[in-house]
Amino acid sequence: MTTVAAAVPGQPAEEAMAAQVAPEPRHGLRRRLRKEAALAYLLLLPALALFGVFSFYPFFRNFKLMLYQTPPVPGLPAHYVGLHQIWPTISSTQFTQSLLTTVIFVVFVVPISLVLGLALAVLAHRKLKGMAVYRIIFSSTVVSSVAVASVVFGTLLNPVVGLLPWLGLNPIPPALESTTWALPSVAIITIWQFLGLSFIIMSAGLSSVPDELIEAAQIDGANAWSRFWRMTVPLLSPTIFFALVVSTIYAMQAFGAVDILIGPQNTVRLHTNVLIYEIVNTLQIENNPGAAAIMATVLFLITLALTLLQLRFLERRVSYAR
Amino acid sequence: MAKVSFEGVTKRFGETTAVDDLSLTVSDGELLVLLGSSGCGKTTALRMVAGLEQVSEGTVTIGERVVNDVDPKDRDVAMVFQSYALYPHLTVWKNIEFPLRQRGVDKEDRGDKVKRAAETLGLTPLLGRKPAQLSGGQRQRVALARAIVREPRVFLMDEPLSNLDAALRVQTRADIVELQARLATTTLYVTHDQVEAMTMGHRIAVMSEGKLQQVAPPEDLYARPANRFVAHFLGSPGMNLIEGMLVESGPPDAPAGVGVGSFGSGRGTLCVAFPGASVPLPLEVADRVRGAGPDVVLGLRPEAVHLSPDGVIAASVVIVELLGAETHVICTTETGTRLIVRQRASAAKPAIGEAVRIAVDPDPPAYHLFDVATGVRLGPA
Repeated sequence: MTTVAAAVPGQPAEEAMAAQVAPEPRHGLRRRLRKEAALAYLLLLPALALFGVFSFYPFFRNFKLMLYQTPPVPGLPAHYVGLHQIWPTISSTQFTQSLLTTVIFVVFVVPISLVLGLALAVLAHRKLKGMAVYRIIFSSTVVSSVAVASVVFGTLLNPVVGLLPWLGLNPIPPALESTTWALPSVAIITIWQFLGLSFIIMSAGLSSVPDELIEAAQIDGANAWSRFWRMTVPLLSPTIFFALVVSTIYAMQAFGAVDILIGPQNTVRLHTNVLIYEIVNTLQIENNPGAAAIMATVLFLITLALTLLQLRFLERRVSYAR
Repeated sequence: MAKVSFEGVTKRFGETTAVDDLSLTVSDGELLVLLGSSGCGKTTALRMVAGLEQVSEGTVTIGERVVNDVDPKDRDVAMVFQSYALYPHLTVWKNIEFPLRQRGVDKEDRGDKVKRAAETLGLTPLLGRKPAQLSGGQRQRVALARAIVREPRVFLMDEPLSNLDAALRVQTRADIVELQARLATTTLYVTHDQVEAMTMGHRIAVMSEGKLQQVAPPEDLYARPANRFVAHFLGSPGMNLIEGMLVESGPPDAPAGVGVGSFGSGRGTLCVAFPGASVPLPLEVADRVRGAGPDVVLGLRPEAVHLSPDGVIAASVVIVELLGAETHVICTTETGTRLIVRQRASAAKPAIGEAVRIAVDPDPPAYHLFDVATGVRLGPA
């Protein structure tokens, strides 16, 4: 307060207020600020420790791993190769194949989970009795674990006790052992799992669209179809884009369902070899941390690019402010 | 153009009745103001005309057509929302064009109409902007332009001025009146602001707790409020209301037909008596209310009373409010009834706590009498 009063001496109100507050000695103020800062860092310490151990350290360690090659024979020490193993790794068929599989997987998962999430959100947004129950049901897939979902879907897809024979569909060969159906099957589980989050994001976006805009459009002659495409979707576009980025990242990191349902012994393994699975495989089965680190970095860069794109797009939101 | 009527319209939200048995007709080309405090059902009534709320009972008619089950887009009404409800992702041009586009007006025609509406409201230089780049007043005009562009049969306005600052509100008020007069489009205008209602409405419908209290031209509403609620609600400050008893006083043996000035009658003077005072009623008023009561509420507008040494009501001054052109002297009677005296700023100002006497103007229109139990106006008519 004293500094404010000193800066604008012409303002009587400020002077009066400054007069009421006893001027604090400068060194006393500094000591107090230092004490506060110390407390702040103390409170931040647990979070910093956790991030440090589980995020920052592995993150930077990963870059170091990229520079070392581990011999295929166990027991021998890794040796420094610099940047020399990067190109061979990212140009290997194994990696490009895996990246392609991941892209197909993402293209399959993302649009469907977004469209379904939006459709459910629009349905649940209507002010009808008992809607709260549906909202809980629609969002519940968020809290189910990958393992549980995989086991349930694995059972449903089982050729003997599953849903397919009951629906009259030919269960042979089993979906999870078919080169055509294995990836779509895993994708369906991922869609199902992401649907809850997609629904929640879309619902939040929908509730931020003012009712009055939709009502105004209604009076202005727009039918339900036109209101949806000309009002709801454009107003929801930042939300939809956010969901797009989040679901892409989510789909790119899919691992659990592949690991549980397909497994290393499965003959269709190469058809469902998504990036994370490939990374884990390279690290654990092939014992090649250097190559795994390079693949992880590529995945990181893709994710980073998507996040930056999302941030850029969010700036457009400013023009929507009323 | 079309008239709009409510016939026995009721709207319930669960247990609460928002609009209760409303019957009201807005004539063709009229600007009717729905006036009331928040939660009185005025906006709900408007939204039922727009089709944004379902009618629970009764019928809403636009022109000759019952519209209870007609979709909002097929009612041919335009609405201006309190928040303006401009489409944030569209430019001013596209906002104004939107209703035309939805109705399949061809492109050339749309362009002409948008230009004309924009010109009418002085929006031509702003057509390329988005709503976020406009000031409050400009947004309001865009909302108006969007409403007039397709020449609807009815305008519905829901407190369109309440988000503007005071100076702009006065200006826009006049603009809307002028625009409505020129277009002669039937308009239903909702507001809680009585100044807006008095200055804009051809007629005002006052609502309270979902019920229509009175519908009349502004001057009638002020001069002859139909009940206690309207009397107190309208006017700033509202009417002074004093509970008392109708009693005959004066010489009981005076010969019939011989009046005592304007306050006399053959049967003595009819007065409203309450502790500490007895206010004699002018003959004209007395004739109309004789036999009513005896418990009544006497209503006196703040401008119909003045401080005077020979006033009939004894009171003491609580607050003196200086408003520039005039002064409000707020007093209480000995029973605690609050009375407000409006006087010119040049008049002598009493001190706070001072004992004063309040005189009532002798003009018959100064007096209003209401039934204590029902609040209904007893007279004068």
